[in-house]
Amino acid sequence: MSPDQPARVNGIGASVLRREDARFITGNGRYTDDMRVEGQVYAVFVRSNHARARIESVDIADAMMIRGVLAVYTGADMAADGIGNLPCGWMVKQHDGSDMRTAAHPPLAHTQINYVGEPVAIVIAQTIEIAHQGADAVVVDYAEQSAVIDLATATDSEEIHPGITHNLAYEWELGDRAATEAALATAAHVTRLDLTNNRLIPNAIEPRAALGIYDAHTGEHILHTTSQNPHLARLILSAFVKIAPEHKLRVIAPDVGGGFGSKIFVYSEETSVIWAARKIRRPVKWTASRSEAFLSDAHGRDHLTHVELGLDAHGLFVGMKVHTVANLGAYLSTFGSAVPTYLYGTLLAGQYKTPNIFVEVQGVYTNTSPVDAYRGAGRPEATYVVERIVENAAREVGMDPAALRRLNMIQPRDFPYQTPVALVYDIGDYEKSLDRALTLADYSGFAARQAESEARGKRRGIGLACYIEACGLAPSKLAIALGAGVGLYESGEVRFNPTGSVTVFTGSHSHGQGHETTFAQVVSDQLGVPYESVEIVHGDTGRVEFGLGTYGSRSLAVGGSALIKAGEKIIAKGRKIAAHLMEASEDSVDFADGQFAVRDSNRRLTIQEIAFASYVPGNYPEGLEPGLSEKAFYDPQNFTYPAGTHIAEVEIDGETGVVTLVSFVAVDDFGRIVNPLVVHGQVHGGVAQGVGQALFEHGFYDHTGQLLTGSMMDYCMPRADDLPDFVVDTTVTHCTHNPLGVKGCGEAGAIGSPAAVMNAVTHALGVSEVAMPATPEKIWRILKQQAAA
Amino acid sequence: MEQQGEYLIPAPQSAVWAALNDPDVLARCIPGCQTMVREDDTHFSAKVKAKVGPVSATFDVGLELSDIAAPDSYRIIGNVKGGPAGFGKGGATVRLETVQDAQTGAPRTRLIYDIDASIGGKLAQVGSRLIDAATRKMADEFFTAFSAQIGVPDADDGPANQAVADGADGSPASVAGTSRYETGGQWKVWAVVIVIFVLAMVLSI
Repeated sequence: MSPDQPARVNGIGASVLRREDARFITGNGRYTDDMRVEGQVYAVFVRSNHARARIESVDIADAMMIRGVLAVYTGADMAADGIGNLPCGWMVKQHDGSDMRTAAHPPLAHTQINYVGEPVAIVIAQTIEIAHQGADAVVVDYAEQSAVIDLATATDSEEIHPGITHNLAYEWELGDRAATEAALATAAHVTRLDLTNNRLIPNAIEPRAALGIYDAHTGEHILHTTSQNPHLARLILSAFVKIAPEHKLRVIAPDVGGGFGSKIFVYSEETSVIWAARKIRRPVKWTASRSEAFLSDAHGRDHLTHVELGLDAHGLFVGMKVHTVANLGAYLSTFGSAVPTYLYGTLLAGQYKTPNIFVEVQGVYTNTSPVDAYRGAGRPEATYVVERIVENAAREVGMDPAALRRLNMIQPRDFPYQTPVALVYDIGDYEKSLDRALTLADYSGFAARQAESEARGKRRGIGLACYIEACGLAPSKLAIALGAGVGLYESGEVRFNPTGSVTVFTGSHSHGQGHETTFAQVVSDQLGVPYESVEIVHGDTGRVEFGLGTYGSRSLAVGGSALIKAGEKIIAKGRKIAAHLMEASEDSVDFADGQFAVRDSNRRLTIQEIAFASYVPGNYPEGLEPGLSEKAFYDPQNFTYPAGTHIAEVEIDGETGVVTLVSFVAVDDFGRIVNPLVVHGQVHGGVAQGVGQALFEHGFYDHTGQLLTGSMMDYCMPRADDLPDFVVDTTVTHCTHNPLGVKGCGEAGAIGSPAAVMNAVTHALGVSEVAMPATPEKIWRILKQQAAA
Repeated sequence: MEQQGEYLIPAPQSAVWAALNDPDVLARCIPGCQTMVREDDTHFSAKVKAKVGPVSATFDVGLELSDIAAPDSYRIIGNVKGGPAGFGKGGATVRLETVQDAQTGAPRTRLIYDIDASIGGKLAQVGSRLIDAATRKMADEFFTAFSAQIGVPDADDGPANQAVADGADGSPASVAGTSRYETGGQWKVWAVVIVIFVLAMVLSI
């Protein structure tokens, strides 16, 4: 348990039940698809069935003949209206210093198709059923071309985008190649491994949706949509896509049912809907079907990696070299370029003092759905590389995997620690979480459990993953220097109402994280006001000044810190008012537990009394503005570095090849914890997704570019009965550079767990690698080969 | 997808050909066949209504015959368009053999096919795992119906005939352009090929 004891009921450290759950579980949530407005009509998209084709013609005549079809717009209509392409928001520089090569990505394709499911036209009708009929009646004449699907051979295949040779968006590298190669050449032992990081399809429970409204009276465009970052969506739709200037565009993301990264991005459909609403002067609603979600949500992961790790005679790591081919899909999605580079290569030191690291990444276009951030975003891929090779190295040199990790770990005395791959870790205690996890997993008792399993005809394995992640994205100067198109600070506003309740505005966005609860705990704790009197407002560019949204486990570390800064301003102003009212000097007034008190006296005023005085300023300091409302922007100085140890134990059925996850221990250091209940929930969800990647999920295209895992029949998500009761615990070192001392917990579960599970699976089987997902068929084949040998 | 299969038609090859020469027979035997038109000597088109898993649509089938080595083997290239439901394209090799019935010594016809087709769209996305079973089931329906049409009872026609009734979707079968069919000659051969290919393509997408 956290050593941070709750200071207040419902304050920081208290396991407060999530206040938003009451409306969610009683059917009172309000999601985009719940919105109904006067005159609303419905959109359905015509999508390509081909992975690569020229569009010869689009015939909308039959569709327009259908009674109730109001409009059919094509890519050509959009282009004629001056609507721009969907941009990639992060410019990655290639190793030769040149810019990455970006392919034009029109919201609706009008000359060229590059993946199955790419939208070609938007059909708008009185009802959703008529819109579907209309979409079915649009005749698109395609001239098919051969598709580039196989990642391993994509750089030697036909050019997808004219002029982008070898289908390479970029070749990027980080670290010292010569020093690393020299270290490997002289290493006592080199472990080598080829790894596949399987493509994942996000599948948030709420599919993407949009309701576009154009107010002809004010000229305002209002887009209700499923976004993790409505301000960023507004910025991109204004500045790049040219929908409308920012002051005429309002983006509202109401309740959003999960995102996992997939709702960060600015997509074709939302863009088309708000544009079409202005075009036909009617509110236009679109909600993705599950089938559309499979085809058109940005996918995750999809790497092929070769890694080499050199060890000296004592087992110390001397160098690690990584070559990765990353599938970016048909176009660069909003942050697609940054995920396999800055969020991946920079994490390859892991928790270890490997002195020489070199990574090169080829970002490759293929005729598949764009690939972008998915829970963890680059860091699960990095952890997978580091923790799989370390595990295999331990087995090869005959060391206990836990001992080899411990031998190489960065120690508390080493912080701040400069890694060979750019990052500076501020703090951590990796051995502490390792030890705690080993205890909770009864690591030393494994041999007995293994013998017991074998007596029942089962194979048993145990696997560790000691992960690290860089969260709290991100220091703006650093991010912009590395190519980001925006800063990555966050805004917050704390507004006392005259009667003492508090309305808090945050640029972070909650789509399952529980901000309405945890942020209220933070503000309640800082200002000493009742938790119940604090309201959190988010997800509306018309109400919140600005924001960069929620991803990269940044909400509390960055958004929460902005609220603390705003709260400090509130206290500073309140102190002035309190000093005036109590006729004391400002520096003799202390603030604690919601009260301003004159030191060494019994004079005191509550912050609510001060708030009232600020709005009814009869007796008030000369020259001070009325009101008690403060804004702040917080720009972090560094990333935060959550880290921990996950341990998985699996049992494999010798006859069927079915892998059963029998136990899972997660010990994480998230820094200071605001709400242990919420943190544990985040870990549970993340681990479930990571186990899904390891054992079940695989986004698979056939060689012609058809998505064969395009429904829940073929794309296997983890279910409750696939998972054991997780053992979750935390160790705590406070982040050194944000006022809350917090690090972020949203992604850790998905980052550590795939490597832990696959280390357990390969351990049970006695093999060096099984490509994820470890399906019964793959395991069965291995078992049969082993039996035959 | 790739699929191989063979069917033993309980009739002499001449009887099979005669039956296949009757477009009404074909229309009744291909589940959901609405029209079949011979465009020229080597090109045919058909409209077939079919359902695979959750996806149903009317498919436009275009066929081209090649490598005809009557009466032994044929190559057929086809395109199937199902609009928003998806598409299929590919080829099939079909061989015919006359065999003797093991018990009665009566002549029978063995038809062997080898399909290599690719599919796309919604059917690939949601129906790919259903294709193999659906193809075989509907091919069974065709041959059972066909055997019944040419008057030779099949050993286990009960459930299969029931399946035909279900598979026809209740839509009345009709064949357009019947006046353009010639009697005799190569058409018999083509008819066999067309039937198999239409089935294979429609069922495989």
